[in-house]
Order: sequence, then C-alpha cells, then structure tokens
Amino acid sequence: MILRTLFSRLFAHLDGPLVGLLALLLLLGSSVVYSASGESPAKMASHFLNLSVALSAMLLVSHIPPQRLMQFALPAYAVGLILLLGVALFGIVVNGSRRWLELGVTRIQPSELMRLAVPMMLAWYLHYKQETLRGRDFLVAGLLLALPVGFIAKQPDLGTSLLITASGFYVLFLGGLSWKIIVGAAVTAGSALPVAWNYLLHDYQRGRVLTLIDPSSDPLGAGYHIIQSTIAVGSGGVAGKGWMAGTQTHLDFLPERSTDFIFAVYSEEFGLIGNLFLLLLYAAIIWRGLLLASGAPSLFGRLFAGAIVLTFATYAFVNMGMVSGILPVVGVPLPLVSYGGTSMVTVLVGFGIVMSLVTHKKLVKT
Amino acid sequence: MSGLRLINPEVEFLRYRRRMEIAGGVAALLFLTLFSRFVWLQIIQYDHYHALAENNRISLVPAPPSRGVIYDRQGEVLAQNFSAYTLEITPDKAGKLEATLDQLGEVVSIDAGDRKRFKRLLAESKNFESIPIRNRLTEEEVARFTVNRYRFPGIEVKARLFRQYPYGEIFSHVVGYIGRIGQHDLDRLGASEQLANYRGTDHIGKLGIEASYEAWLHGRTGIEKVETDSSGRAVRLLSRSAPVSGHNLYLHLDARLQQVAEKVFGDYRGALVALDPRNGGVLALVSKPGFDPNLFVDGIDSATWRELNDAHERPLINRALRGVYPPGSTLKPFMGLAGLELGVRKPGDTIADPGYFTLSGSSHRYRDWKKDGHGMVDLKKSITISCDTYYYGLAHQMGIEHMAGFLTQFGFGQKSGVDLDGELAGLMPTPEWKQRRFKQPWWPGETVIAGIGQGYVLSTPMQLAVATMAIANDGVVYKPQLIRAWRDPASGLMSYAAPRILRRIPLKPEFLRLVKEAMVDVTLPGGTAAVAGANAPYLFAGKTGTAQVVGIRQGEKYDEHRVAARNRDHALFIAFAPADAPKIVLAVMVENGGHGGSTAAPVARKVIDYWLLGKLPTVYAPSEPGATPPDEEAEDAGPADETVRPVLEGVAQ
Repeated sequence: MILRTLFSRLFAHLDGPLVGLLALLLLLGSSVVYSASGESPAKMASHFLNLSVALSAMLLVSHIPPQRLMQFALPAYAVGLILLLGVALFGIVVNGSRRWLELGVTRIQPSELMRLAVPMMLAWYLHYKQETLRGRDFLVAGLLLALPVGFIAKQPDLGTSLLITASGFYVLFLGGLSWKIIVGAAVTAGSALPVAWNYLLHDYQRGRVLTLIDPSSDPLGAGYHIIQSTIAVGSGGVAGKGWMAGTQTHLDFLPERSTDFIFAVYSEEFGLIGNLFLLLLYAAIIWRGLLLASGAPSLFGRLFAGAIVLTFATYAFVNMGMVSGILPVVGVPLPLVSYGGTSMVTVLVGFGIVMSLVTHKKLVKT
Repeated sequence: MSGLRLINPEVEFLRYRRRMEIAGGVAALLFLTLFSRFVWLQIIQYDHYHALAENNRISLVPAPPSRGVIYDRQGEVLAQNFSAYTLEITPDKAGKLEATLDQLGEVVSIDAGDRKRFKRLLAESKNFESIPIRNRLTEEEVARFTVNRYRFPGIEVKARLFRQYPYGEIFSHVVGYIGRIGQHDLDRLGASEQLANYRGTDHIGKLGIEASYEAWLHGRTGIEKVETDSSGRAVRLLSRSAPVSGHNLYLHLDARLQQVAEKVFGDYRGALVALDPRNGGVLALVSKPGFDPNLFVDGIDSATWRELNDAHERPLINRALRGVYPPGSTLKPFMGLAGLELGVRKPGDTIADPGYFTLSGSSHRYRDWKKDGHGMVDLKKSITISCDTYYYGLAHQMGIEHMAGFLTQFGFGQKSGVDLDGELAGLMPTPEWKQRRFKQPWWPGETVIAGIGQGYVLSTPMQLAVATMAIANDGVVYKPQLIRAWRDPASGLMSYAAPRILRRIPLKPEFLRLVKEAMVDVTLPGGTAAVAGANAPYLFAGKTGTAQVVGIRQGEKYDEHRVAARNRDHALFIAFAPADAPKIVLAVMVENGGHGGSTAAPVARKVIDYWLLGKLPTVYAPSEPGATPPDEEAEDAGPADETVRPVLEGVAQ
C-alpha cells in the first residue's frame, strides 16, 4: 500500500497519454539507434544511460511547481547571457565556430541552455506584464530574444540561433503578437534576405544552401550527406528494406547515421509506411502537448508549454526536411530518436516542464 | 492605441486558443509537406533511388581469365603464364605522384626505366585505373612494402599473371608477344563488341600467334558481383561467374627444328619456312634477326624499342611473311612445268646456249651467269645447272600473260593464307598490272627477265615454300597452318585442325616426274647445290636461286668482292625431301648471302638432316671453310671460283 502511494506520488505530475506516446517514440528510436550503430552494445548501453538520465530529469522536472520555474526564468536567462558573452570572449573554437566554454573540469555549450531559457524568459516577461500588456512590451521581449540569438548567430551557429528565434517567436505569437508586426517582420526579413546572403552568412552557410539546391555540385563534399540520405530514403520504398537490412546504413554510405541523419536509417529500413507511422506519432505527441498547454492555468504556463511543444514540432520537421533534402543541412537531431544525451535531456526536460505546468493547477492562482 | 488595455481573461484565452489552432494547422501543413516529399522519394522516384543504392552497394569486379598456353608439336611450352607481384598506383588516390615515387623508392627499388614506363602508362591511362610502377617484386620487397603500406595510400601490391616466352628470340616472329592494350586495340575491341570481355585484362596479343589467335587464347572474363562498403572494401561475394581460361594451342612448329634452323643461319639475316607437305603444317618459321618478345610484355621502354625499330637489320620485320624478294632461279622449276604444261616445250627439246639471249630486232644481250654458255641444254639440264638462256627464251615464247596465269596457281602473287597477320602478297606482274601501276605498256624484255625470277616478280619465303609444296605434292596445295590442335578449357577436349586444301593443280605425272628428277639432280654432283647435297642418304630435291639486289649495267661485271655486303645478292634455296615421299618442304632466303648454292642450300641440308635423320649439325656456319662451291649461277655475273665466306656487316662497312 505504501509502495503504491509512493508510486502514485512519484508519477502524480505525469500525463498518461503523453508519456505513453513518448515511450512509444523512444522505443522506436532505440530500435533505430540499434540498427544505425551496427548493433554496438557499447553504444546501446550509453543510449540507455542517456535515456534513463533524461527520463529521470523529466520526472524530476514534472515535480517542480510552476511558481518555482517562474523564479528560475530571469536568473537562467541572465546566466545564459553571461555565459554567451563568455563564449564570445573566451570560447573554444571547434570546427571553425566558437561555441564551447571551457570550465576547467568540463566544457559546456551555453546555447543549449538558451533553448529553454529564452522561451522561459519571454513567457515569464509576458506573464509578468500581462495586466498591462502593450506593443512596447513586445518590443522589449523582442530585444530579450534578439540579444542571445545575436550572440549565437555570431559564433556562428545559424541553426541553433534560428531555432531559438523560432521558440521565442512562438511565445510572442501565442502571447498575442499583433499580425501587423508579424507580417511587417516577415516582409522586412524577406527583403533583407539578399543583404543577409551577401554580408551576414559565412561561406560554409551559403554552401549548405547552394548544396541543397543542387547537391550534385559537390557530390563528395557538402553534397554527399544530402545525396546519400536522399538515396537512403528513396530506396526504402513503400515497405522499407527491413530492420537492420538497410544497405546505405550498414555499408557505411550514410554519414552521421546514428545522430542527425538517423531518419535516413529509419526511412530506409521501414519505408513510407514507417514514415507515415512516425509522422502520426509525432503529430499525436504534438496534439497532446498543445492540448495540455492550452489547459495550463497560468499565462506563463500556456505560453511556455505551447512554445516547448511547437519547438519540438519544429525540430522534428526541420530534421526530417533536411534528411529528405528539402531543407538545408543544419545540425538538428531528430527529437527522441537520434542518439545523443544533450538533445534527449533537453527535449524530455521540456516535456517534464509541460506536464509540470499543466498538472499543478490546483496550487496556482492566476 | 496607448494606455492600459483591459484584460479580459476570457477573450485572452480565446485568442490563445485561436493562435494555438493556427500553429497546429501550420504544423499539420508542414507535416503534410514532409509526407508528400516521402511519397515523391519512396514511390514516384523509387526506381531511381533503388538503382542508386544498388550502384552504391554492388560493384562488378572482373575476374580475368588465364591466357591459353602455346605448345609446339612435341608439347614444348612456347608461351606460358606465371604469377608475380606488381606494385600498382592509382593516381587518383596517391596524392602527389613525384613525392610519392621518391618515398616509394626508399622502400622498393625503382629505377629510371620504371619511372619512365610509369609516366608513359600514366599518360595513356585514366586516373582511377591502377598503373604498375614495378613488376616482378621479390618476396622480400613485398614484405618490405607491406610493412610500410600505411604510408602509401593508393598503392597496392597485386598478384598478376605474366606472359613468358621460354625460347626468347627463337620464336619472336611466329609466337609473337602480348603487350599492354592501347587505344588502337580498344577501338578494335569496341568494334567487335569485345570490350566487356576485356575488363580486367590489360594485355593483348600484338604479334604472331598471340595476335592471330587472340580470340582463342584470351578466354572469357568472369564477373564477381561484390557488395562493397563506402570505402570500396568488398564486404561479401554476392555471385560469381567463373572466368573461362583461353584455349591451349598446339602448333605444328617443332621447337628443336626451329632452334636448329635459327642456329644454322649463323650471323646472316634471312628467313626460313619449313612445311609438312602432307598437311600444310608449318614446321619452322624463322626470320633473322629476331628479338626477345619478353621485352614487350612489361611494356618496352622507348629507347630499346627505338633501337629495335631503327636498327638497319630490321629485327621487327617478319621476313618470312613480309620480306618480298625476287625469287631468282628458284622460279625455274615452275617455269619449266609451265613450258611443258602449256605445250611451249617438250621434255626432249634442246636449245643451244651461247651464253646470252637476244630478242629479235634488238642488240641487247640478256646474259647467262656462265659467260660462255652451257652448250646444248634440255629442260632437265636447264634446272640442274640453272641455265638462264633457256628460260629467257621460254618466257619470251610463252608470253607474260600465260606465264603469270600458270604461276599464279602455285600461289605466286597471292597471300598464302597462313594463320598469321600481316602477310604480304608479293607480285606476279602482268601488262595490265603495269598499265595500272605505272601507266606504261609492257616491254618484251620485261618478260625475258621475269623468266628467271627477276624484274617485277616478287615473292615471300612463305610463297616459295607453298609453291614448292605444290611440286612435292603432285599439285596438291595445302593452306599453310601453324595451328595443329587446341584444347577446350571447359571440356578438356582436344580438337585437331583439319588440313585445308587450297588447290589441286592439274599437272601431268610425267612432267612432274621430270621436274622432280631435275631438282634431285641439283643436289647431286654436277648440280648447283652439289656440295650441300653431298652424301645425302635420302633423295634431296632442291633448286638454288640468287636474287639480284643492285642492277648491273651492260658490259659490267659483278664482282662480289667489290660490292658492299649490303648490296650483295640474296641467296635462295627451295627444297623438299625425301623426293619420293616428301615429309618436309623448305624455302630458305639468306639476305646478302651471295650464292644460293653456297649459303642457302647448306642451311636447308642441315635442317632436313635434322628433321629426317635427327642429326644435329656439327658446324652451324652456313659456309664451311674449305668447301669449294660448284659453278654457280649469278645473273649477269661471271663464275665465282672462290669460297664466299660469310661477311659480317660490321666488318664489311
């Protein structure tokens, strides 16, 4: 009896359907990682370690009451910003971009922290201002968004900066950002594109876009990833080649096949039917997530949870689009499928937050 | 709108829901986009991507067949394969070639010749093909390279089959050689749709049997379907069609006979063709000087090649098939038969030979080689002592058209059809030919000198041998063939080449007997080859000939001591033996050898002695010191009393 109580207390803040869907996705993901890693037991062990860490984090975070989270928003954002400043000043250059900060014992990538800190900050800000919300507040929020994004874009890490922009934008959008501003910003961005192309983008970034348009222009260099992943996806056909039987995967033609390009492995082995299943699974998670988010009792909860779910959707879309050759190659893992601890922890902590925000109803008064 | 907005939580929440629905809708739309992209890739474009994936995965590796072995009639190996290690570079993967070669040179020895050959091959090949830099590595070198292999990407040790010719120079022109496939060969292979069968093969027959029987010797290339990973390593064998080795060829040639024939030439240039009159089989085919065919297998370096090609002895030319010479007096037995068969002469008809012949209405004297003439000469004597005057008159009486018509039956002016490439046809002139060639009428005097095998008449040693076979065989002419049998590699069955009769020349037996007797008399005392024929324990039929190299003006005497060695006459001899049941037919040509009786006939005698008696010659030099040649025919020349010793080019010049 005591054990049962303990269990129900432990899982009190989890949402059954969402956890079920996530578990299904994680299971599917693990089977793909198993195939992509070439049945490597070491890799599977570390994958399951990541998994348990991430799930524990999710469980832990689900217990944090929203008020406490709101208290974290400003400090987390501030610390993140300081770290980004540190990166800009003392960061380590890896593969031509300055993303890491050496902290003696370990090195961290502050932009990862900002993936959650920025939407949290914006949600907190709009929540804080909700009684007196006006256009000026959105301007301030925009600046709060632009500052870290600017730092990250400068590293340069275009992918992360765009995805953080997106998550911040989702907060503002859900928070009621005026359509005029949205359209105006879109027009401005569109007209600024040629300028950005010529002056702001680095050569390798331009190269990625050009390679997307014509992968065969550089078949052994940048185009190789796209060509091989597109071949993997296409050759999967309707039914796929079967689990563990993808030739592109197992004969080493697919690069980064257990991380960013894992979707190519899945697609090759499970075909269109598998892809449809995965899309539906993602859609179900997003559906459930958005449903939960809209039920959050506070504006902070609604905005933050909504942004987390939409960002999750964005990651999934961008990754699958990139692997199937309709988006440029940006370093985005397929959420909850790709091998890799950081991404898994970030995503599951996000869902932990979502569940925390919506299950602590009774304790919060708005 | 400034100032505070009144917050209505209800309105606020509805707006949130609407925004949420929009966001959800956009997400759904984007997922639909993804799904349509998957449909495009996985259904509509499936075939394309499936093919690309298969291309990635499967590579077809040719398994070259091993080339057929060439044997002589006794089973002696004339051309064989051996396996050796080569060091090969794929330029695409090897980085900076010069630096790589320098470093490689520290591990295995690479000399200037290797580098030169490599550069030439590099220029001829594509960058992704692997090109040999060193052939025939020793075991030690292989080991040394293997240890250092990590330093040399794109360089590999490969086991390859090499061709080897154990007899070297002896069979250079007959067996020929193989060399690396060049553009010309590729074009030819492409035209005969054989390119696929040559994937993985880099050598092809260039000369001799190796070239003419290329299709049989090469075999069929097998294909291994291999699954490879992205770095090109073979992961597993999917399927394999085994290569089928080429046919092993068994030739009529006899290696020992060929060796004897080659040796008895001494230092002379020349050619010898020995045929088996019973089936046309080529028993020996010599062209001197030869060259070492093994030089060509690895890719001959240009200096050596130039040396061979430019040498004034022209070792690369197969004189037996491509050397055209005036047949000289060796034409006389055929002319004699022509006279008899065409009814121009009867066996008993005699002429008085004053030592020259004149055409009526002309003062020009066509001189006999014997200044004072041979006296009364009938057909038999005309052959035995090689009387020129008899044939001047005979040719004139017969007329060039009849003469050409009759002699063509013996193969003069035609390719013999021997199974080697590059044979020349020689020339049997006619007035029509001269009109076409020179736009000039035929002069009667040209018929006169054609009667003794001079003037426009040209023949190859092979043609002379075939014509001689016609006499030896009573008119039956077989196509000369090198191939005797071949073994099918798949079934192991031996097939034998059938003798092919080219023609049966209708000849009266009594005329044939007369000419044959006369040819036997040639090698008996009193004949022009009496010394060479001395004490032959078999009936040795032959005919000497001397082909003039430079024209001698009227009234001038041919003094062989004053004539530079290069302008000395070519010595010829045709023969068959035993005359009553011929087993071998010979045509011998010794370039600048002087007299047929003294240089060419001894060569023939030694070859026949070996073939019929198994007797190896004790002395190989064509002219035995102390042997006095009999009176010799040499057109427009006085009698030669002294022994002609072989003159070495170097000494003479």
